[in-house]
Amino acid sequence: MKVSDLGKITGLTLVQSDYDDLPIVGGYTSDLLSDVMANAGDAGVLITIQAHKNTIAVCNLLDISALVICNGRETDEEFLTIAKAERKAVYSTELNQFQVSVLIGNSL
Amino acid sequence: MPINKSIQLLQENSPSILLDVIYRSKIKDIMATKLATSSPDVTLKEVKSIMKKAEVTGIPIIEHDELVGMISIDDIFRAIDGEYMGEVVRDHMSTDVIVLEDDMPLAFGITYFEKFKYGRFPVIDKNKKLVGIITSRDILHELLFQLNHEVARLESEIRVEVDPTLITLREVYKINKMDFSNAGKASNEIKKLLKDRTFDPKFVRRVSVAAYELEINITIHSDGGELEFFLDKEKAVVIARDSSPGIADVTKALKQGFSTADNTIKSLGFGAGMGLPNVKRVSDEFNIISEVGKGTTVQSIIRIENT
Repeated sequence: MKVSDLGKITGLTLVQSDYDDLPIVGGYTSDLLSDVMANAGDAGVLITIQAHKNTIAVCNLLDISALVICNGRETDEEFLTIAKAERKAVYSTELNQFQVSVLIGNSL
Repeated sequence: MPINKSIQLLQENSPSILLDVIYRSKIKDIMATKLATSSPDVTLKEVKSIMKKAEVTGIPIIEHDELVGMISIDDIFRAIDGEYMGEVVRDHMSTDVIVLEDDMPLAFGITYFEKFKYGRFPVIDKNKKLVGIITSRDILHELLFQLNHEVARLESEIRVEVDPTLITLREVYKINKMDFSNAGKASNEIKKLLKDRTFDPKFVRRVSVAAYELEINITIHSDGGELEFFLDKEKAVVIARDSSPGIADVTKALKQGFSTADNTIKSLGFGAGMGLPNVKRVSDEFNIISEVGKGTTVQSIIRIENT
C-alpha cells in the first residue's frame, strides 16, 4: 500500500495533504519517542498520540512517511506546518492506537 | 590502620573501572617482598630492634621455613607495660594468623582489611610459603596509582585522536535547554549530510539514533550544551557536551528504564529511560564521563565498515 491508501481506511481523516506518496511496508505503534527510535525499523507509518514537532523529527530520522494521530488528539498549526515542510502525511482519528493498528495491519 | 568501612569499594553499583582495578590487580603485585622476619626463640627486646631497623610495625615469625605467628607493635607495647621484654617471642606472638594468598585479587585484600582489624597480612604462595606482607597503606597506594592511570586513560579516550587531514566533515550544533521546538534539528541536519553522501541507510540510521538521543538528552537534562559531529574515512563520531548538572550515578543512567525526567517531559514521549541505552546500542564505541557540578560528555563512535 501507499501513503494515500491510508485515506481509504474508515475513520482516518487526512489533515496534512502535502506529502510524498511513498510505499508503506509496515508500521509501528508507540507513544515513547525513544522506543520509536530504537525499534520502529522501516515502519512507513507511525501510529501514536504524540502530535508535536519532535514526532516529525523522529519520523524524518527513520524515514517514516505517514503519521496517524489517535484518540482525537489535537493537531495544531505548528505541528502541521512542520509536517508539511517535511512532506509527511498526517491522518487524524478518534480511534485508539490498537484499533488503528488492526485496521492498517489488515490492509497491508 | 584498617581501611575505613565507609569506603565501601565493593558495591554492586561501583563504577566498572573501579571493579576492574580491584579485580585485575593481584596481591602479589602490591605486597612488599623484602621481608623482615624473626624466629620464635628470640626475646621480644630483640624483635623490637629488628622491627625498628626494618621500619615496620609488625613482622612474621618463622620456624623451619613455616609461618608460625605474628608480632605487632601492639604486642611490644604490652610487653613494655607488663615488663616482660626479656621473654621469648613464642609465648607472646599471635598464632591465629590470617593470611592472604599471592594470587588473590586486590578485592580480597580490601575485604580482609574490612573484616579483620589487623594492620597487615602476611602473604603466602600456593605452597604455603611466606612470600610477602601487605598493609592497608600498600593498598591505598596501589588504588590511587591505578585510579590515576584509569582516569588519565579515560580522559584521553574521550578526546578522540583524529588526524585532522582525514576529517571530511565537521559540524558543531548549539543545543539549548528545554528548547523542544528545535530538538531534533541538529540530528536531522546530520542525517541529511550523511544521506547526501550516499552512505548505507543502516549506517545513517545508527548515527541518526545516536545524534537524536544525545540531542534530546542535552535539551531535557542539561543547562544547554553542544553536539559535535564529524566524519572521517572510517567512522562517524558524535560527541555531546554540557557543562551542568552532571550525572550522579552513570551506571544507573545507562540502565534501560531509568529516568529522572519529570511528567511534563514524559507526556511528550521523552524520558522513557531509553536514551543513553539506545545510544550505547547503536555505537561501536561508547564513552561517558560525568561529574556532578561539572557536566557530562558522551561520545559515540560508529564505524562505517561495521554496517
